[in-house]
Amino acid sequence: MKKLLLAASAAALLAGMWLTPAQAEYLKEHRGGTIRLLARSAAGTLDPHINYTDQGWQMYQPIYDGLVAFRKAEGMDGFTIVPDLAETLPAVTNDGKTFTFKLRKGIKFSDGKDLGVKDVVASFQRIFKVSGPTSGTFYAGIVGADKCLADTKSCTLEGGIVGDEAAGTITLNLTKPDAEILYKLALPHAVVLPADTPAEDMGSKPIPSTGAYMISAFDPNKGMTVTRNPNFKQWSEEAQPDGYPDVVQYDFGLSEEAAVTAIQNGEADWMFDALPSDRLGELGTKSMDQLHISPLSAWWYAPLNNRLAPFDNEKARQAVAYAVDRNTLVKLFGGKVLASPVCQVLPPDFPGHEDYCPFTKNPGAKWSAPDLDKAKQLVEESGTKGQKVTIIVEDTAISRSIGVYLQSVLTSIGYAADVKPISSNIQFTYIQNTSNKVQMSVTQWYKDYPAASDFLNILFSCASFREGSDASINIAGFCDKDIDAKMQKALDLGVTDQKAADKMWAEIDKQVTDKAPAVGLFTPKRLDFVSKRVGNFKFNRQFNWMITQSWVQ
Amino acid sequence: MSNQVAAMPRRTRGPWAVAFAKLARNRAAMASLAVFLLIVLACFSAPLYAKWAGTDPFASTLDAVIQIDGVDVPVMEQSTEGLGLGYTPIGPTWRLGNYFLGADSQGRDVMARMLYGGLSSLLISGAATIFTLVLGTAAGLVAGYFGGITDTVLSRFLDVLWAFPIYLLAISLSIVTIAQGISIGPIEIESGSLWLPVIIIGIVYVPYVARPIRGQVLSLRHSEFVMASINLGVPGSRILWRDILPNITTTLIVFIPLMMALNMLTESALSFLSIGVQPPAASWGTIIQDGQALLYTRPLVALAPGLAIAVSVMALNVFGDGLRDALDPRSKVRLGRD
Repeated sequence: MKKLLLAASAAALLAGMWLTPAQAEYLKEHRGGTIRLLARSAAGTLDPHINYTDQGWQMYQPIYDGLVAFRKAEGMDGFTIVPDLAETLPAVTNDGKTFTFKLRKGIKFSDGKDLGVKDVVASFQRIFKVSGPTSGTFYAGIVGADKCLADTKSCTLEGGIVGDEAAGTITLNLTKPDAEILYKLALPHAVVLPADTPAEDMGSKPIPSTGAYMISAFDPNKGMTVTRNPNFKQWSEEAQPDGYPDVVQYDFGLSEEAAVTAIQNGEADWMFDALPSDRLGELGTKSMDQLHISPLSAWWYAPLNNRLAPFDNEKARQAVAYAVDRNTLVKLFGGKVLASPVCQVLPPDFPGHEDYCPFTKNPGAKWSAPDLDKAKQLVEESGTKGQKVTIIVEDTAISRSIGVYLQSVLTSIGYAADVKPISSNIQFTYIQNTSNKVQMSVTQWYKDYPAASDFLNILFSCASFREGSDASINIAGFCDKDIDAKMQKALDLGVTDQKAADKMWAEIDKQVTDKAPAVGLFTPKRLDFVSKRVGNFKFNRQFNWMITQSWVQ
Repeated sequence: MSNQVAAMPRRTRGPWAVAFAKLARNRAAMASLAVFLLIVLACFSAPLYAKWAGTDPFASTLDAVIQIDGVDVPVMEQSTEGLGLGYTPIGPTWRLGNYFLGADSQGRDVMARMLYGGLSSLLISGAATIFTLVLGTAAGLVAGYFGGITDTVLSRFLDVLWAFPIYLLAISLSIVTIAQGISIGPIEIESGSLWLPVIIIGIVYVPYVARPIRGQVLSLRHSEFVMASINLGVPGSRILWRDILPNITTTLIVFIPLMMALNMLTESALSFLSIGVQPPAASWGTIIQDGQALLYTRPLVALAPGLAIAVSVMALNVFGDGLRDALDPRSKVRLGRD
């Protein structure tokens, strides 16, 4: 019996090895070809220190590297930080304020130049010199950052980033411990570029890279060609694995409808934009094998202006939270397969998330049904009945639908509501600026990195609110001193005990949800439609589909 | 007997009667008028239709269930095959009062919205036409009659307006006013008001009316009867009102259907771009926009209002041409830049 078991185990092991050969074997078999991607438009500037879009960040993954990286792995493993250009994860000293990295040797940029310590130092300075969009937030804790933010051109980050060419080390000094600094260093805004990269937005000009691929051509109106980096030798499969296709051809300009047809006909392999809602039924039936549904750490929500009537009244805000039928919103988004109802801020499977829903028929962990009676009662109690409310939404089919639905809801509970769709290009900044006096809006937040603070602290801290600014990401204008102090405590606690900090974030999530500064609508899922020839589809929770880890031959 | 007939005085008909008789003989124009009046009648019955059908064309009704041949049918149907992705609104039932043209992506009755949409489109284009004619006529009369510096200032201002591509100007004005409305002194128009598209469309077409009117007034200004009135010391305002205005009335009447057709197209375009009629209110332009996301599964949602616009505009244009032939056959009044 024992022998039989051993033989069975050996057979299973062999079978397992046969089914999942090492990446090297797959590479031999599937390496080569051109994978063709489609998007309605380019993602903006090519400069990784400036580009702040999902589309850009996804494409940078096989191209650029930082000292550390998010693991190139499927699912939640993609949230793990691994060493990339650094040999190992940094040694942390000075009570969590000093991080020392040892740079790998033998890595070259795509233009043939060697990667050196000077490149790392210059790249950190460049984040400030180009006024990177997160230089004042994610990297503001580096020693010397305050001077760099005040005078970007002469930024040296003196004392903040110290390179030792002889030892091949880089030392990063922070003004105070930051539990999330490694996440921030793994983002495209902190990738290492050649030291001689001009300190200006490079726009459409590709910058040499260290990754498995490089950008060889780019026209924002036509497309981007990404080819293999001739100087790349894989140093870490987890951080920067070699890819399968020889060329990634990313074409811009095709509408979503045309892109779907192109993929169906095998003329393209994937599209970035969301699938048109009227094609979902057909694709979900006829092309099931080509669809991939993946969870996202994202939040569709309706910020309520806490500083303007009627939503300066907590009861009025809670009334809206009770009245909104999340199932209807899920329907508008495409159904339960593509979204789930939500009441709270932190998305499911996210650090600090504990199911919580006070604004439903049977308050508890999950949302069950709207409670219109309670909502109407709260509107009466708030004394805001009959007031005028304008909802500002993006001029896209889904946002407009949600806006029209919310207008119906507000009307049904006693407000005189109307909805205004405005261009997607300006809506996000428009709703942030207090001078526009936006009472209610519909928007989305996608995580930058897997930490509760990336939702709660960024969207609802007092510091995130800036009067009269287009960059006031606390759109609701919510500011509660007690909750703010608690968030600071949780951030500090994270340096020494992340688990305890996450517990604290769960409490903060509940407290913020109770105050209803915004109404949680639903958690969306990502639906990727690929051509029949695409194999080895892998979805990374941090940067979505790992394009070059799929093969086309 | 025949001599007696020849001796009887001939009764001549007035110019209006002649024009009316001529118009009545123009079958194409009369048929177009009938079609247009039918559309107007249908659109004005929108509230009655919605009440009779028991539907609210402005509220989302995604969970609604209707009965067809005694069978309950959800207005929004979820795909049950494969991955079960997406919801499809019910298609046309071809039963009046029961989602005749189907539902849109909010589960609303498209037929009821079509009628309300037509009402908005007609009201806006009609009001904008009046607005344009009043302003255009006033500008044309003053510029043409008084001449000199008044004419120079007014004409240059009209030239500036004329220089902008019409849609670009209308879009720019709409974008500026759509979020905040208009607030000039005591005049306050809220951002969602139908008066906004009326005023915007009315303003952008003023040069189209004012320039030909100015031309006519310039020629009338030097005609003998006007010169005689001036020499007799009749005040300018009286000459404008009593002598010149009646002589341009036929031109203005010809303008009405043609301007209305043009305004209807502009209103639909602005509403399609989300800068005209604001949701949940309906106009044919907004319904086309709603239908854009359903082109693949429910093409009728976009096609029906498109067809309504095409038929209405064609009817107005054909009738306008007939009216022009009847009232002023020598006139070359035709809208457009050439």
